[in-house]
Amino acid sequence: MTAAFSAIQASFADALLDADRPVPGALTLQAAGAPRKRFAVYRNNVIVGLVEALRAQFPATEKIVGGEFFAAMARVYAVTQPPRSPILLHHGNGFPGFIEQFEPAAELPYLADVARLEIARTRAYHAADAPTLDPSRWEGLDPAALVGARVTLHPSLQILRSLYPVVTIWAMNAGDAEPSSIEDSGPEDALIVRPDLDVQVRRLPAGGAAFLHALAAGASLGDAATSAIADHPEFDLTANLAGLIGAGLATELHCTPTPKDIAP
Amino acid sequence: MPIPSRLPAAAGVGFKPQHFADIIGGEQPIGFVEIHAENYMGAGGPPHAQLGALRERYALSVHGVGLSIGGAAALDAEHLARLKLLCDRYQPDSFSEHLAWSSHGEVFYNDLLPLPYTPETLARIVEHIDLVQTTLGREMLLENPSTYVTFVDSTFPETEFLAEIARRSGCGLLLDVNNVFVSAKNHGTDPTSYLAAFPMARVKEIHLGGHDEQTDDDGAPLLIDAHGSPVADPVWALYENAIARSGPLATLIEWDNNVPAWPVLAREARAASDILSRAAAAKAA
Repeated sequence: MTAAFSAIQASFADALLDADRPVPGALTLQAAGAPRKRFAVYRNNVIVGLVEALRAQFPATEKIVGGEFFAAMARVYAVTQPPRSPILLHHGNGFPGFIEQFEPAAELPYLADVARLEIARTRAYHAADAPTLDPSRWEGLDPAALVGARVTLHPSLQILRSLYPVVTIWAMNAGDAEPSSIEDSGPEDALIVRPDLDVQVRRLPAGGAAFLHALAAGASLGDAATSAIADHPEFDLTANLAGLIGAGLATELHCTPTPKDIAP
Repeated sequence: MPIPSRLPAAAGVGFKPQHFADIIGGEQPIGFVEIHAENYMGAGGPPHAQLGALRERYALSVHGVGLSIGGAAALDAEHLARLKLLCDRYQPDSFSEHLAWSSHGEVFYNDLLPLPYTPETLARIVEHIDLVQTTLGREMLLENPSTYVTFVDSTFPETEFLAEIARRSGCGLLLDVNNVFVSAKNHGTDPTSYLAAFPMARVKEIHLGGHDEQTDDDGAPLLIDAHGSPVADPVWALYENAIARSGPLATLIEWDNNVPAWPVLAREARAASDILSRAAAAKAA
């Protein structure tokens, strides 16, 4: 029963993203006097709306390549990989992968990771809220209890490991900062978290990403430290613990009961 | 029995985060705020912190822009579930959506797209609205669209189509007066006649917004529903006439692009508020 309407909708939909297709034949003659420009309002709304949504989600990526390049790149993405969900923010998820394959951006191999960092910021912004752990909860733990303790990390916490200095590049292109030359062009791991209302982006110290990944997977602090040292021999447990506590990355501390605690 | 829409007969604004401090800070000429549902479908963060604070102080309208009620395909069950979650969380005074489609096949087009008005599409939309009202447990309001094209297949005038949808589904209507003006100018019809034929008894909310003026390839006027400027004078005049007939109704100022500083938007809300007061006084006299 809905075949007729479905067919009309299909021809309308197909012509929205492909300007080479004719204007759908189901439109009235009244509009047919000037159907191209009238139908073009819809084409324009769709494309401009999708490009603007990407622009809003990827401001640093846009700043790196410039507005005109970004709009052209976003337009190709929107037409070839249009959104699948009415939650438009999800459309950005495929953008870094697209950038990696986008030939004109090949000279900027770090660009996709900057876009990944911006996706992580969006996710952190919209993630569930959770109160961070009161720092006093860490007081008085003996070393054995500390090694066996597990933590629940904040639901907004995300880690991005990059072969490029992604945090430095992002920071130079976020907000009003003036770009300057990068002294250390080595890899950087980014921590993105929103303990309260503001999303924070930090560069993780050596082994910090492996440490947090292990904690997120449920490892004890001791086991997570072992993983981190395996990842990077310069891993510094004291400094990383201080970061974990100071930056409010944990929401819960679970101490394995020691025999002393269980005894009556 | 779904919960009826119950917005106050006052002026309201489409909420923009940059206005949060102003709206929360002092006395403002508004009785409600409206949000786009799809912007509040994350789990937490600043959007929900702001919405929670607004909800404590103002009546709330949740306005969906992505359900594709006018589409041929079945409604997106996941999206409907997200809308239910949002409505359950904030208990809005009204939920509304559009006489339009935005999804086809796997793709979401992020625009309010037009449809032919036929017995077939009528039946489909009534089915969709039944499902929305049953799922949310609320009356929904359906908004008249702004359109740039019309369809050969249409057998109903838009006003009759909306009246019949409301009669069969029991839904309320959201009358967008700017959309009436935009569509009428684009199709060479008379906006006053359209409003005279509109089923005002079903209207629970009014939208006002700005439009852009262009011309098409033949030099005929082509108005764009751009929501990026003040409400135009002829739209204010149509609004005042409509309100004189219906009595005061919740009236929203929509300004989604080139969003101005709060005082500019507040001035538009105050203008709507003044018209509502005059209509209330005339009714009481």
